[in-house]
Amino acid sequence: MDFLLSPEHMMYQKLFREFAEKEVKPYAVVTDETEEFPRRNVDLMKQYGFMGIPVERELGGQGCDTLAYVLCVEELSKVCATTGVILSAHTSLCCDPIRKFGSSEQKEKYLKPLAKGEKLGAFALTEPSAGTDASSVQTRAVPDGDSFILNGTKIFITNGKEADIYVIFAMTDKSAGARGISAFIVKKGTPGFTFGTKEQKMGIRGSSTYELIFRDCRIPKENMLGQVGRGFNIAMSTLDGGRIGIAAQALGIAEGALASTVKYVKERKQFGRTLAKFQNTQFVLADLATRVEAAKLLVYKAAIAKDTQKTFSTEAAMAKLYASETAMEVTTKCVQLHGGYGYTREYEVERMMRDAKITEIYEGTSEVQRMVISGSLLK
Amino acid sequence: MRITVCIKQVPDTNEVKIDSVTGTLIRDGVPSIMNPDDKAGLEAALELRDKYGAEVSVITMGLPQAEEVLREALAMGADKAYLLTDRKLGGADTIATSTALAAAISKIGFDLIITGRQAIDGDTAQVGPQIAEKLNIPNISYAQEIEFDGNDTIRVKRMYEDRYHIINAKLPCLITALGDMNTPRYMTPGGIKSAYETEITVWGRNDIDVDDMQIGLVGSPTKVAKSFPKALKGAGQKTTLDGEEAADYIISALKEKLIIR
Amino acid sequence: MRTDNIYNFKGVFVFAEQVDGKISEISFELLGKAKELAEKLRTDVTAMLLGYKVENLASELARYGADRVITVDDKKLESYMTEPYADAITKIIKRFNPEVVLYGATTIGRDLAPRVSARVFTGLTADCTKLDVDTENHQVLMTRPAFGGNLMATIMCPEYRPQMATVRPGVMQKAEPNDAHKAEVIKFDAELKNNSNYVEIADIIKKEAKRRDIGEANILVSGGRGVGSAENFAMLRELADILGGEVSASRACVDAGWVEKDLQVGQTGKTVRPTLYIAVGISGAIQHLAGMEESGTIIAINKDESAPIFEVADYGIVGDLNTIIPELIKKLRS
Repeated sequence: MDFLLSPEHMMYQKLFREFAEKEVKPYAVVTDETEEFPRRNVDLMKQYGFMGIPVERELGGQGCDTLAYVLCVEELSKVCATTGVILSAHTSLCCDPIRKFGSSEQKEKYLKPLAKGEKLGAFALTEPSAGTDASSVQTRAVPDGDSFILNGTKIFITNGKEADIYVIFAMTDKSAGARGISAFIVKKGTPGFTFGTKEQKMGIRGSSTYELIFRDCRIPKENMLGQVGRGFNIAMSTLDGGRIGIAAQALGIAEGALASTVKYVKERKQFGRTLAKFQNTQFVLADLATRVEAAKLLVYKAAIAKDTQKTFSTEAAMAKLYASETAMEVTTKCVQLHGGYGYTREYEVERMMRDAKITEIYEGTSEVQRMVISGSLLK
Repeated sequence: MRITVCIKQVPDTNEVKIDSVTGTLIRDGVPSIMNPDDKAGLEAALELRDKYGAEVSVITMGLPQAEEVLREALAMGADKAYLLTDRKLGGADTIATSTALAAAISKIGFDLIITGRQAIDGDTAQVGPQIAEKLNIPNISYAQEIEFDGNDTIRVKRMYEDRYHIINAKLPCLITALGDMNTPRYMTPGGIKSAYETEITVWGRNDIDVDDMQIGLVGSPTKVAKSFPKALKGAGQKTTLDGEEAADYIISALKEKLIIR
Repeated sequence: MRTDNIYNFKGVFVFAEQVDGKISEISFELLGKAKELAEKLRTDVTAMLLGYKVENLASELARYGADRVITVDDKKLESYMTEPYADAITKIIKRFNPEVVLYGATTIGRDLAPRVSARVFTGLTADCTKLDVDTENHQVLMTRPAFGGNLMATIMCPEYRPQMATVRPGVMQKAEPNDAHKAEVIKFDAELKNNSNYVEIADIIKKEAKRRDIGEANILVSGGRGVGSAENFAMLRELADILGGEVSASRACVDAGWVEKDLQVGQTGKTVRPTLYIAVGISGAIQHLAGMEESGTIIAINKDESAPIFEVADYGIVGDLNTIIPELIKKLRS
């Protein structure tokens, strides 16, 4: 049992930290303000191989483990949660299901360019009436010769308009319920596939969250991912991995806010001394730092579990539940320690608090995580 | 072309602080980094390799933990790494350091040697030219740009205070790189993974052909007589003033010092 | 070379750097210091003057304190090139056995001196800011900053001769020129021959003429991170122009791209010693202080009263530079 990162993992951390500080941090404010997708960051991440960290080298990836990937999302999210989720959605929700469930042709055709960063990936499960109740998807895929015809709408899709390759879920057999859902790989530009409205969000404002619309969209049968009717399992399995990415994002946000606040309380003076000299500051920071450390252990444990265990749903759910609630608590309290300044755009904790909230919601709300955890406890 | 790049692990001197009570250097918690000029030298070597094809070796002399900068260099793309480490090589000044490094580099083999201009912990800028002297090859210091004719000649833009010399030198030769000559690439995740799969060649004193009297502390002509934290000049007056008061105050100070009348 | 009898080596030698037939300022600074060392060591000062058609410069070296000038005049020495210069200096050292050799810590001196030190196998101390003599043991004490200026180290070279050092420009005082002081001139034939260490200078490109070097300015108005932008430097430039000075900056401003690198004061920039140094919005990191604390009068303006710059300032003003500087300009103009 070793709670220290190996020298190799410390080197990953050093790389991601340096990259985040130098390349990503300077654009975090403008990304939030303009709500523009940070294409520059994605191009640089492509250049340095960040878009395929846990994908095998033979498949165009870097051949690293999930922990290395988690360290990347964490460090990116410390300075820019938008960039963190772009990478997380691409890697966990698009590369990973193709890697796990795709045919060798699909891997060659779709995973390789994704892992090399030549293409950006997205994942589309949620619909207006299928949020937490994911099995009630309305999008239909009807067989027609050697194709399926897709009709329906997906919402809240991260990397929505910017992605090139989408993993989407549609009902192939309505009578079979969850077992009637199948997964498909859809390319941007396929006739009948268009974009609806862009969401105006509280946080992670550069992540290009869009509505996807399918109207008589013809998908070749060979683009079905996995077997027919296995879509719900693919989605759930994929989300187990995705939750680790979001947990890492939440952890990064919390760490970023904490570091920023530690710096601030050493500078800011009231009543003739720095805030750091007040016991309230000291105790609050002590509690936050302890929570962050606990979250980190859960996140790293889940990452290792993904590579070494057959199932890791509980680990992933615990990591996401705890890290996202930690992110919310830490950022809220960090804003409080900043006082009035913390409520202004002048200090990054304001953005971080807005960014943190989504981690309690997407890829399974905290309530869903509790269902997963209790489900495995009480089965 | 075989390019050997000398790199050094140094404390990040920007992070070094003075204990305000004892006046001593606080070294605890100061991160170790690859010396910035050396990193630029490595980038220059990798760019030459990308363009003309070459084998890039990196070498460092230091404590066993200096392995870390070699891994970093491998993760950036270096092909081979050598660690020269031995108690007998410890305590070396620049001359004794260059003697040992020159011996190791000639064992590796080279057409071009690149070192950083200077290391941020010592700031001497001496080891590069001294290695060249030990190997009896030309050195070109303060390189701002390096080009290769693809055959046997290196063309270097060498910086001086008020000018540049464009210098043509036949291989083999040694170049010292200015830190701002390029922007070193990042490592890649896959590069890091490979770096930890690559074996680093570790050499001790017995692996290189040197005279015991010319290495380590014994072989160092210079000795550190003493070292001490830099004394700060005493503080003068300090007052809080608004714009106009401050302007008057400065003007009276300038008059007092006879700078203005 | 290692020696059992350091008293076999006599004289303080100075490498008199010249570029384009003009003696560099550092050479006079070295002579000033060499004179002081020579008195303590009870010996005299020799300047080594290398170049092509430079013998006429010997008298100028004499005025600044050289008792003897050894000239090596050769076409191969017209523009600085490592090998012929190292060859000539090594031969002079072997022929005259000096006990001390000083070089400027310039881009020439810091290339030449290490090459020579390796050739004669003796110690070399880089970038010294202080030189003194332990008269009892007849040793030169060479003091230099290390660890980015955080630490000072005093270096000795007890058993090898000559004792060699490169000396940071702008730190040593040159002597008052004395027209009556004459030097013995020795023409030395270094028998320079082309060898494999020679390189070819294909071209010489002068850097564009800029304003006066900050190292030579008597008054510096220096800006730090607190100045906030490249545009705000215009205000400092205006103040510098009124005072007849130049603008310099801390590393933060150079890194931010607000000003050119050659305006940088500090450990990785230039060491300056103006009569007046006005530090505007500079917090005073140790690396910065290393480059300016020898200034005559230091005035610091900073909004943070705990900024370390106040530790070295003669006049410290806690206040807002954006109101103080325009007000000062206005008052100085009227």
